Amino acid sequence: MKRVYVNEQWCLGCHLCEYNCAFANSGERDMVKALKGRAIRPRIRVEGDGEITYAVSCRHCREPLCVRSCISGALSAENGTVRIDHDKCVGCLTCVLVCPYGAVQPGPDGAAMKCELCLANACGEPACAAGCPNRAIVYEEREEETA
Amino acid sequence: MKEYVIIGGGAAGVSCVEGIRSRDPEGKITLVSAEPVSNYGRPLISYYLEGKTGLDRMSWRGADFYERMRVDALHGVRAERLDPEARRVTLSGGAELPYDALCVCAGSDPFSPRFEGIETVEKRFSFTTLADALALEQAVDGDTRVLIVGAGFIGLKCAEGLRDRAKSVTVCDLAPRAMSASLDGDSSPILERHLEKCGIRLMLGNTVTRFDGGTALMQSGDTVGFDVLVIAIGVRPNTSLVSDAGGAVGRGITVNEKMETSLPRVWAAGDCTESRELTTGETGVLAILPNASMQGRCAGTNMAGGDAVFDKGIRMNSIGFFGLHIMSAGSCTDPVFTQVTETGCKKLFARDGVLTGFILMGDVSRAGIYTSLIRERTPLDTIDFDAVCREPSLLPFGRAYRAKKLGGAV
Ligand SMILES: Cc1cc2nc3c(=O)[nH]c(=O)nc-3n(C[C@H](O)[C@H](O)[C@H](O)COP(=O)(O)OP(=O)(O)OC[C@H]3O[C@@H](n4cnc5c(N)ncnc54)[C@H](O)[C@@H]3O)c2cc1C
Repeated sequence: MKRVYVNEQWCLGCHLCEYNCAFANSGERDMVKALKGRAIRPRIRVEGDGEITYAVSCRHCREPLCVRSCISGALSAENGTVRIDHDKCVGCLTCVLVCPYGAVQPGPDGAAMKCELCLANACGEPACAAGCPNRAIVYEEREEETA
Repeated sequence: MKEYVIIGGGAAGVSCVEGIRSRDPEGKITLVSAEPVSNYGRPLISYYLEGKTGLDRMSWRGADFYERMRVDALHGVRAERLDPEARRVTLSGGAELPYDALCVCAGSDPFSPRFEGIETVEKRFSFTTLADALALEQAVDGDTRVLIVGAGFIGLKCAEGLRDRAKSVTVCDLAPRAMSASLDGDSSPILERHLEKCGIRLMLGNTVTRFDGGTALMQSGDTVGFDVLVIAIGVRPNTSLVSDAGGAVGRGITVNEKMETSLPRVWAAGDCTESRELTTGETGVLAILPNASMQGRCAGTNMAGGDAVFDKGIRMNSIGFFGLHIMSAGSCTDPVFTQVTETGCKKLFARDGVLTGFILMGDVSRAGIYTSLIRERTPLDTIDFDAVCREPSLLPFGRAYRAKKLGGAV
């Protein structure tokens, strides 16, 4: 299964992934129109200090605590992708309470928001990885150790 | 072909189905639900009253779940008796169901001490089922004064759900603080101020001594006039199926970390059980949905011959009232970090070198990083704990941890 992997040692801290994520999920076709003059709400976040930087987004866990804990059934896992049904979510944020990576956040209207691998938006594959200039974020198939 | 029977179609019962089907696509599964509808998000009932969800969106695992999972679901039917020797469940109506593996996911029922004069109250309700919410929806309109007894999260969620529908909402509780089971003296006043600002009248440290029709006589000597009464004092685990059959129960049905009861081939999961809480080591009822769901899945996996263990149960809750988010987890006895303002708070608790609990109000972002420290019992001297206290992030965990979690499959 293809996954997003983060190679911390290659991260330049350029935040381009955040912009590409916000654009891909904006539904707009023009990047300037989508992002200029707006507070962006990416589902991936670059964090760190002056020296170390790396990107954090949903790991699409094999045993997703968020899916198990969701009170509304808005979160589901299908073919290894953890998705959220915006209309079912009531914004209780139990998913924020249980995600070990801090990768789920409240969205603009209170419903929870997370990476869905861009599978359902126009990008079709993770925009963060596609646009990463230094291969610090990759989307690829790897041999996985069994859980 | 193995025959499975599940009693109860809440989060535990539904997750038990998922657990069974993760290993056994063939076996025959029968699920018995006393409620006429099952597989809905029980905590959603207040959001329904508030208009934040609708009947078409409340199904927990989707309307086609039983069909997809090939489950024979019997609704409006009670399991009345369990015979572990004959491996048979007797249903209301007299039918008998044989089983090879049985899971009791019977949840809990509301309970209330007997109030003097309660029988004189015409419109009284509990608030734990969709039927309760639908009945309240009918009973409450813009002229209705609502009195809720119980300022725990169920009573307060009910208050939130009804505020815009009713003329007034009053909540009383014998405890001197709102949500006293999960908040402390620093945090509950913030919630209380917020609720009152949002139009909920609180009467704390005060309860009803007697009802007389539409009047409640309070301990303080005050009287409260009301049209609709909701009793939300507490819930009690449904243990009788197992105890009547000779199985071990305490406050809830006794289970081990595989969700086995003391009866052969009988498992139990969710609000009807008691189990070991991770941060205290004490046995207790963890009546929250994530616990029900993970226990149910664990039980189902094992019923189908698997070897699953669930030993990470902690108390935790994420709840909001009129826009104020509140999260609490674990046990909150030994504070190591405290930050309290007018409108928010952050308190962390630690014991024996591990994080044991927290309370967050207002800013709750990335709280799961704290929850994970509790669940994994991460030794705090292996991370930069001061930095984590200030702000939850993965930086204080070090490069090796991040390489494993962000650079690998988890
Ligand atoms: C208003 C409200 C708000 C809540 N909010 C939250 C929240 O925000 N977060 C959270 O984590 N938890 C919350 N909870 C708690 C959560 O709903 C429960 O922990 C969870 O539903 C437990 O699931 P369960 O499957 O164990 O039991 P239940 O959901 O109670 O399901 C048990 C089912 O078994 C049926 N049953 C019982 N006995 C029999 C029998 N003999 N035969 C057949 N069927 C039987 C019952 O009718 C019921 O349908 C809330 C609860 C309420 C009432």
